[in-house]
Amino acid sequence: MAILSKDEAQAILKKVLGFSKSDECQASLNGRTTGNVRYARNSVSTAGATDNVSLAVEARFGKRAGIATCNEFDDATLRRCVQRAEEIARLAPEDPEYMPLLGPQQYLTPTAYAASTAAISPDFRAQAAGDSIALCTAKNLTAAGYLEDGTYFQALRNNKGLEAYQQSTNVDFSITVRTPDGTGSGYATADYTDAAKFNAKNLTQIAADKAAGSRNARALEPGKYTVILEPAALASDEGLLNNLMYSLGAREADEGRSFLSKKGGGNRKGEKLFDERVSIYSDPLNAEVPSGVFDGEGLPVKRMAWIEKGKVSNLYTSRYWAQKTGQQPTAFPGNWIMEGGTQSVQDLIKGTAKGILVTRLWYIRDVDPQTLLYTGLTRDGTFYIENGQIKFPVKNFRFNESPVIMLNNLEAIGRPVRIGGNLVPPLKIRDFTFTSLSDAV
Amino acid sequence: MKRRDFVGLTGLAAGALWLPAIPGFAGDLVDPARLLEPGLDVAAKKRLADVALNAAKSAGATYADVRIGRYLNQGVFTREKQVQNIVSSESFGVGVRVIANGTWGFAATNTVTDAGIAKAAQLAVQIAKANSKVQKEQVQLAVQKGYGEVSWKAPIKINAFEVPIKDKVALLLAANAAAMDNGASFVNSVLFQVNEQKYFASTDGSYIDQDIHRIFPTFGVTVVDRASGKFRSRSALSAPMGMGYEYLQPKAEDKVAGPAGTGLVGYRNSYDMLADAALAAKQAKQKLTCKSVTAGKYDLVLDPHHLGLTIHESVGHPTELDRVLGYEANYAGTSFATLEWKAKGQPYGSKQVDIVADKLQPYSLGAVGWDDEGVKTKEWNLIEQGKLVDYQKIRDQALKVGQKESDGCCYSQSWQDVQFQRMPNVSLKPSTSKMSVDEMISKVDKGIYIAGNGSFSIDQQRYNSQFGGQVFYAIEKGKITEMLEDVAYQTNTLEFWGSCAGSCDASDYRLAGFFNDGKGQPSQSSAVSHGSATTRFNAVNVINTARKI
Repeated sequence: MAILSKDEAQAILKKVLGFSKSDECQASLNGRTTGNVRYARNSVSTAGATDNVSLAVEARFGKRAGIATCNEFDDATLRRCVQRAEEIARLAPEDPEYMPLLGPQQYLTPTAYAASTAAISPDFRAQAAGDSIALCTAKNLTAAGYLEDGTYFQALRNNKGLEAYQQSTNVDFSITVRTPDGTGSGYATADYTDAAKFNAKNLTQIAADKAAGSRNARALEPGKYTVILEPAALASDEGLLNNLMYSLGAREADEGRSFLSKKGGGNRKGEKLFDERVSIYSDPLNAEVPSGVFDGEGLPVKRMAWIEKGKVSNLYTSRYWAQKTGQQPTAFPGNWIMEGGTQSVQDLIKGTAKGILVTRLWYIRDVDPQTLLYTGLTRDGTFYIENGQIKFPVKNFRFNESPVIMLNNLEAIGRPVRIGGNLVPPLKIRDFTFTSLSDAV
Repeated sequence: MKRRDFVGLTGLAAGALWLPAIPGFAGDLVDPARLLEPGLDVAAKKRLADVALNAAKSAGATYADVRIGRYLNQGVFTREKQVQNIVSSESFGVGVRVIANGTWGFAATNTVTDAGIAKAAQLAVQIAKANSKVQKEQVQLAVQKGYGEVSWKAPIKINAFEVPIKDKVALLLAANAAAMDNGASFVNSVLFQVNEQKYFASTDGSYIDQDIHRIFPTFGVTVVDRASGKFRSRSALSAPMGMGYEYLQPKAEDKVAGPAGTGLVGYRNSYDMLADAALAAKQAKQKLTCKSVTAGKYDLVLDPHHLGLTIHESVGHPTELDRVLGYEANYAGTSFATLEWKAKGQPYGSKQVDIVADKLQPYSLGAVGWDDEGVKTKEWNLIEQGKLVDYQKIRDQALKVGQKESDGCCYSQSWQDVQFQRMPNVSLKPSTSKMSVDEMISKVDKGIYIAGNGSFSIDQQRYNSQFGGQVFYAIEKGKITEMLEDVAYQTNTLEFWGSCAGSCDASDYRLAGFFNDGKGQPSQSSAVSHGSATTRFNAVNVINTARKI
């Protein structure tokens, strides 16, 4: 049984701490039950399931720390795991960035678990794949998709009095539909805490419409264009905003090696770097994107603003760096939420005289960390907009753009939707830089 | 944010409790001494393998294979004068793959007992039968003979796990010191080591025991100019290799001099980490004040460390048959090099381009005796004189393209993931005529020499790509004149290879490599090498990447 209850998990952790002879000891249990189905060429290609619980024990003698893990929980194994952690700790060098373990903490009540997701069966997955394939087969299109669901728990306990437990569930689905002649391709993705909201047919329909509509794309000259970036282009496996959010580290900024470093020393926290309509925060209790209420170290995750009205209001700060610089540490967040308006993507299109709709971005890599310049390409549904309507599909572009510049060239913000566990609005951006064309479909 | 995002943000050395999320560090964190303890002996593995094969056949499988795998990993992480983390991990278990009702099924377990393995085999058959209801294409395997009981060992001289950790720490800290002494503001260095102890058996009658080793030392050096607010980095010019610790004992004969005036050194089968760290710091410092490139067309002279990545992205991936057939459409993408495109016989590159795939090159990351479905490894041509002649195939793909046998490039990252087609070594053949780097540069009127791989991006069908590098030098009238910055080239795969004007000879040939190449859903990591000699490409579009924010 991979998902232990709070009482079951804490009973094991208590026992582990009882075996410890180290100065400080922290033990964590992580468990997951996951399942997946993958299909391509309108046929299931692979399917799998995993079930695992793992115990990690961190033992510390002074500033020396060692970690050992195991996935069996009889007394003898637990005892051996603790001993191993202690042996490793004794051999380890002193950690100059040592921070004592946290004491008791107050946590919010987590809301990231849904029974409907925990109950997903192989039949549910096969049905979703079957529905998606059937829709595409009927339209003479080709489906390739992936569905993965999981139920997770984490429990932490240490000999300083910290005790924590949380459960979560997640369903993640993505679908690429292609025309049999390879001239059209469309994509849709969605993720949920609660599987009851998931509908494979609806998402497949979106991808199928984009595939059929993207046949025979025309080539436009590369250059600066007004674009509407759908949420999947901003924050999924490959998203421009993800990359901005990963770059908000305080230490790198203070060390002089970040776009947030200040000339002459220090960082740019408090400066207005973006359009004043840009506000991004984290909130573990948001109803659409609930997330964990504590991080890996046991720090409480609470609502935290990162960018407020275009100003950088907080940077990720580890406990060590916070102590060294006299700041407050920030727990590592489980989500981020960009504030938006009420307009749908369709509404944004209606309000656009000339522009390009981007479904998704691909292969985003950093080009210059100094300016946060990234390159990548559009993919699976790129369309030209004129006078408030989609006119025709266009060939994919390569972009070279910085999210910092992009968030200063903001024309409009749409209604946020969940993507990759975050809440992200579609954005209309002017002067987005496309530097070349791609023949890829 | 997802767990992988956490790792992405905080870097590899972050919170050890999360380390199992890093590719390669699956399994249990263990005492380093554990990495030297022997695993199960071959006789015990054969007996357990037969349990799996018999259970699968009894449950209705028409084919079954079993992989009993012990995967050992160690990472040593440092920055400047301190050790950040030392992690040793062991992952041990059994994966069973079957065909039932013409459909694949797979299940894995770390309960390595007769009962645990039999249960996994039965579950694999159950999954295959369930999926067969929505299956449209029956699996058809290329015929494969059994090899009986055989074995293969990587040709290592020093097992890296036998080297005391204090020696590894001392090496990394010495490299850091070399960088700091030469002007670095910051330096991170890492040493990854891998040992895969794999046992494969199948109903075809193979029982294959293999011992594979990989090593990857690397670093990143950053120089910060507080006054101007500028910072520049240079990372290591090492290659991950299928070698033991001997890779870290530099030998003069493995050093290949770079172009005159650059001080650069290429490394063949051993690596001088201290010398490279010292040079990296000097070059990062130079980058702060060197000239920003003028965008335009240049003849590029690309060193093997750089070119390896371009080969990987623009030849390695598009010739993977699973991409060509559409199996990766939802994730890694498809390929421009479709069967129809190949049939037309259009050129992939100039006549100078001969590209070979292999799983044999000594010390390469791809080298093994047999792949993860019991096929003996080989070498075969992908591109001959600029024409695409073949793809990379495994057993369930060969018949789809009218071929009778697999190429032996099936791989799984662990016992608990299902094996699938992965890239073998893909290498550009060096010139058979004598040609040195300096001689090649002497013939370039207006060009740029690029060493090291940097930023890289390519579309999902592998047409349009953009590559940066670690260091760039202007070439004017046959001579290297000065260092350049803000260089990236944008190109189309066919134009790029079409502009290939030839390579240096075999004396300049060496391997570059990638330790964690991702593909598949759920994503799996694999390691692959790419060999080449320094090569010239004419009139490539170079952009300037400098921006103001």
